[in-house]
Formats: sequence, C-alpha cells, structure tokens
Amino acid sequence: MPRVLLIEDDPSIREGVGLGLRRRGHEVAAAETGEAGLALMGTFLPELVLLDLMLPGMNGVQVCRRIRESSQLPIIMLTARGDDFDIVVGLEAGADDYIVKPARTEVIEARIRAVLRRLGTPAGSRPEVEFHGELAIDRAGLTVAKNGERVPLAPSEIKLLLHLSASPEQVFSRQQLLEYVWDHSYHADARLVDACVRRLRTKVEDPAGSPRYIQTVRGFGYRFGPL
Amino acid sequence: MRRVAPLGLRTRLIAAFLLVAAISAVTTATLTYQQARTAVLKQSQDTAVSTLRDQVETVPLDLPLDQAQLQRIVTDLGKKGKPNPWNVFGEYGTLRASSTSAPTSTVVSEELRRQVTAHPHAAFQRVTDPAGRPYLAVGMAAVWLPHDVREPTGLVLFATMPLTTEGNTVEAMVEAAKRGAVPGLAIAVVPALLAARSVLRPVRDMRRAAQSMGRGRLDTRIEVRGSDELAGLARTFNETAGALEQSVSELREAEARARRFAADVSHELRTPLAGMLAVTEVLDEEAERLDPDTAAALRLVSAETGKLAVLVEDLMEISRFDARAAELNLDDVDVAEAVHKTLERRHWLDERVVTDLPSQVRARLDPRRFDVVLANLVGNALRHGGAPVRVGVRAEVRPGGPRLLIEVADSGPGIAPEVLPHIFDRFFKADAARTRSAGSGLGLAITLENVRLHGGTLSAANGGAGGAVFTLDMPLEADA
Repeated sequence: MPRVLLIEDDPSIREGVGLGLRRRGHEVAAAETGEAGLALMGTFLPELVLLDLMLPGMNGVQVCRRIRESSQLPIIMLTARGDDFDIVVGLEAGADDYIVKPARTEVIEARIRAVLRRLGTPAGSRPEVEFHGELAIDRAGLTVAKNGERVPLAPSEIKLLLHLSASPEQVFSRQQLLEYVWDHSYHADARLVDACVRRLRTKVEDPAGSPRYIQTVRGFGYRFGPL
Repeated sequence: MRRVAPLGLRTRLIAAFLLVAAISAVTTATLTYQQARTAVLKQSQDTAVSTLRDQVETVPLDLPLDQAQLQRIVTDLGKKGKPNPWNVFGEYGTLRASSTSAPTSTVVSEELRRQVTAHPHAAFQRVTDPAGRPYLAVGMAAVWLPHDVREPTGLVLFATMPLTTEGNTVEAMVEAAKRGAVPGLAIAVVPALLAARSVLRPVRDMRRAAQSMGRGRLDTRIEVRGSDELAGLARTFNETAGALEQSVSELREAEARARRFAADVSHELRTPLAGMLAVTEVLDEEAERLDPDTAAALRLVSAETGKLAVLVEDLMEISRFDARAAELNLDDVDVAEAVHKTLERRHWLDERVVTDLPSQVRARLDPRRFDVVLANLVGNALRHGGAPVRVGVRAEVRPGGPRLLIEVADSGPGIAPEVLPHIFDRFFKADAARTRSAGSGLGLAITLENVRLHGGTLSAANGGAGGAVFTLDMPLEADA
C-alpha cells in the first residue's frame, strides 16, 4: 500500500485524514509544517505527498516547488480555498492534482490511486524508446530525454505526454485527457489539463518558438505533433 | 386634458423675454405718444385761442351789425390767421358771414356753438371733417365791457383751422415708435438668448450630472458658479450627491463586511469539517458492530456531517458569486456529449430521464459550471417533481447571436403559484413543514448564478401537462 506523506498544519484534519487513510491500509506520516515535511522525506521515503496549500512559514506552493526541484514524487494539493486562483497557482507550482477540503476519505483515496496508477502500455511491437524529434520517450522506464538530456517530469506530465504521443496527430479534448490521465470522470475541470500542458511545454518545448510537440487545436483540445 | 406640445425651456424663456420687451415697448410708446400728442395739440390750440381772442378784442364793433359789417369783420380776421391760416365764420343773430366761399362751417358742431353762447368765453373743439381731416374749431363770443362786466354783444366768431401739420407730427411719432419697437424687439432677442444661455447652462450641467449619477457615478459634482439661485441649486445637488455617495459607500461597506463574514464563517467551518468528513466512513463501518442506538447515533452524525459539508461548499460558492470572484473557464464542448456525461456520471441514464439531444451542437462554456447547472436542474426535477424527466436541448439563431436553449421538464405536480416567484431565493423551502430537505437550499440560487455568469437566463414555469418546466437560455458562445 502506498506510503503517503501528509503535510497539514491543522491537527483535526491531520488526524482525521491520517486515520481514514490508515484504515484503508495506507502507511501515513504526518508533518505539521512544510519544513518538517521536507525533513521527513529523507527518512520516510513517501510515494505520494498530500500537501496543504496554507501552511505557517513555508507555504504549500513553496514546498511543492522545493520537492519538484529534486524529485518526481506525485503531489496532491489539499486546499481549503476552492478559488480558481489558488487552484491554478498550486497546479502551476507542479502539483499533479488538487482536492478541495472538506473531502471524504474515499475521494482522497481515489485521487491518490489515480495519480499513482501504473503508467505505460503493455510492451508490444513498439520499440521501448520512441523518438519524436528531439524527444526520446522511454515507455518502459518512464523517462523522457530531450537532446539526450533527461527531462524531470511530474507523474501527471509524464502520463499526459505518454498518452498524447501514443497517438501522434490525434486530437484529444480536455475532457478525454481528464478521463484518461487523471481518472476524473466525476469532476470535469479543464484547468488541470491546461496547467499541466503549460508546465510540460516549459520543459520540452523550445521557449523561443511556438509549441511544437504539444499543440493546441482551438475549440477542440490538444494533440501531439505533427512534427 | 389636452396635452400641449412641450416647448423647450429655451423657447419659453425667449418668448417670455420678448413678451416683456414688447409690453414695455408698447406701453412706453403709447404713453409717450399720448403725452407728446397732447403737448403738440395743446400748444396749437392755446396759440390759436389767444390769437383769436386778441384779434377779436381789437375788432371795432359798431352795434348793431349789418351783413356788410359782419362780412368785413370776418374777412379782416380771416386774413390774420397766425401761425396757421384759418377760416373765420361770423354769426350775429340770423346773419351769417364767412371768410371763405361757404356761408357756414361744416366742422363747427352744435355742441361748440352751445358752449360759446352759454358762456361768453372761448371754447374749442377738435373735430374731423367728413373727409377725416383733423380740424381745430375755436368759438368766441365778442364782448364789450361797459362797467367791467362782460356783456355779450351777440356776435359769435368761429375760427376753424386744419391740424394737418400737427397730425403729421403725431403720425411721424407713431411711425418712429413703430420703427423703433421692431428692431428693439429684434435686439431684445440677443439678451434673451444670453439670459437663456446663462440659465440653461447650469440646468444642462445639472441634467448631465443627474444622468451621470444615474449611471452609478456617485462622485459626480457640479461646478458652482456665482451666488444666484442656480448656484444654490447646484450646491444643494452637490450636498445631496455627497450624502448619497456617503450612505451608498456605507451600505457597500456593510454589505462587503456581511459578505466577508459569510465567506469567513464558511471557510472556518471547512477545516473542522475536513477532519470530520475524513473519518465518517470509519464511523459508518464501526456502526455495524455496535449496539443499535450507538449505531444510529453514529450514522446520524456521519450523515449530518455530509450534509454540512455540502452546505458549506454551497455557501462558499455563493459567497464567491457575491464577491464576483467566480470566473468562467471556457472550453468548446459538444453539448449533447456534455449533457450525456452529466447524466451518466450521476447514473440517471435509465428510463427516468428522457433526452432530446441534437448532435453537432458545439458551445463555448465552462464545462464544470454547466455540469453543476444541469445536474441541479435534473436532480431537482427527479427529487421534487417526478419521473420521467424530459431534457430538451436546441440551438436557436437570434438577432443577438446564436442561443443555447435547454428545457428540463418533470412529470410531477408542478410548482405552486405562490412558490414560483421565490423558487430561486436562497434557502427558500417550498414546503414550510419540511424545513430540512436533502439539498442545502442553495442549489437553485447557485444554478441561477452559474447561468448568469454565462450571460444567460433561467426561468421556472408550469408546463401545460402539469409538471414544472425550467428553461435555460444562454449564448452559445459565452464571453469570459
């Protein structure tokens, strides 16, 4: 069962969510502050971080950025503020998903499972490493390299890139991407897709030119290529 | 009542100004004319009367007179008419003499004759001859003074002289008055216009200011010029506007405080709820193993916590609308697909919901908010109305742009007429006895706000068949 690091300053949520997740078989470590959470990461070695957006001292966005600097650990933002601005800021900082508080444990667990779901397609006739322009995508190893250099990507970014590049030139609507990549069949939120595409572009696209790999098809959605 | 076509303030002001100018011009001219006329005529009369008297007194009288003598006196006097030539007529008993060819005058009236014979003094009268020419007729009885007593001699002399010159003078004066009045009136238009302008400019300023205030610019003020009544009015306007602005800003502050309070309360409620909601499943699971009372209590707490979470979520959403913090995240969607997804997600795709979804209708809207709207309408129809619920979607071309029309009709008893106007009110409960329903009481209010955010309208009515019909009408392409 997944090891979850919960960074949350409010004791009742910390205990409640911790209790709920432990009952469902997760191994949960809880930290009161961002600094404590970052310190715990070295010893606890979590597979996923549940991160409150508003924390004393270092806030959730800063913690998220710090984690992203060195790790591709999946991050889910826990936010009491459902305002669009906060959600977008959290997603832009590199979170893979967000949960608006209050939420039932089953919802939280479903999101955790969706983010952690095994990536990759069963190995078939496809070569293990695909080359698209300057990008090298290793479906088995779940790594992406640009010009031979590895690009660190968050799980949601890898999932999105793998999904889009599996069917080059096919247009996917935001709704389709939400369902495939995030398993969000119950909450249609196109901002997740848009924020993830923006982040992916800053990592794989040439900053000077227009998007080459992940192209916007106005009125419909996104597609990979044509290169 | 007959409505008079409204005249502009400017027209009325100028008309009033001209009327006053005309009245004063006419009055002045009339009075001047009368005074001048009297003065001119009086001078002529006095001169004539005194001249005649002087002449008559110097006439040697040899009484009694005969016709020849009378004729001689009359002819003598006739030659001495000064400054105007006159005709002299003499009457002595039955004798008549005249300095002209006519034996008697046509202008000497019986009244004058009577006056002269009754009192031995000079009498005069202004008359007009049958041709309309003005004449002065002077009558004088010749007297002698035997013992310092005026005794009439019986000789009466009349002198008639035309007043043509005087008439011409007076006429010239009338003409001058006429000639002066018309240009005078024309010139009066200039000050009238200036006055109208000076009155109208503040009025116009005020109208503009009032309009600007009406558009919500409460900081509008008028420049106060001078110290007249209009300036006073402008000052009053400014004071009123100031008071209005202050009370409106106070109201707004109070409203903002109330809104912030609602948002803060909801926000503060979320934190404990987050902890509680996370463990409600633990309670539900444990309840199976506990005694019935404890189990019922736990299940109640769990269920109420869930409701509270929905209520708080809805309150947050409403306060976002109130603070105008809600925004649209627009996306192009296939409407039929979006409706289908909404129904599918909530497992409503059985015989309870009948859909009429045209294919190939694409709309630009916020999919999340659209989902909330549709789910709420269909959910309400199922809960408060009755199955089957019909969902009809169509696109319509209108002058203002294409519209998306969605109709959700249920087969229930319909909405009571007294409930209908309040159906979108917050926390409005149709059934007063059932104070707690499954929803938060904010569902329709949130739905309406979501529709408004898309620039659309939502209306509720009762259909012909009896069920309630909710009609959503919004632009096919919403503006962000």
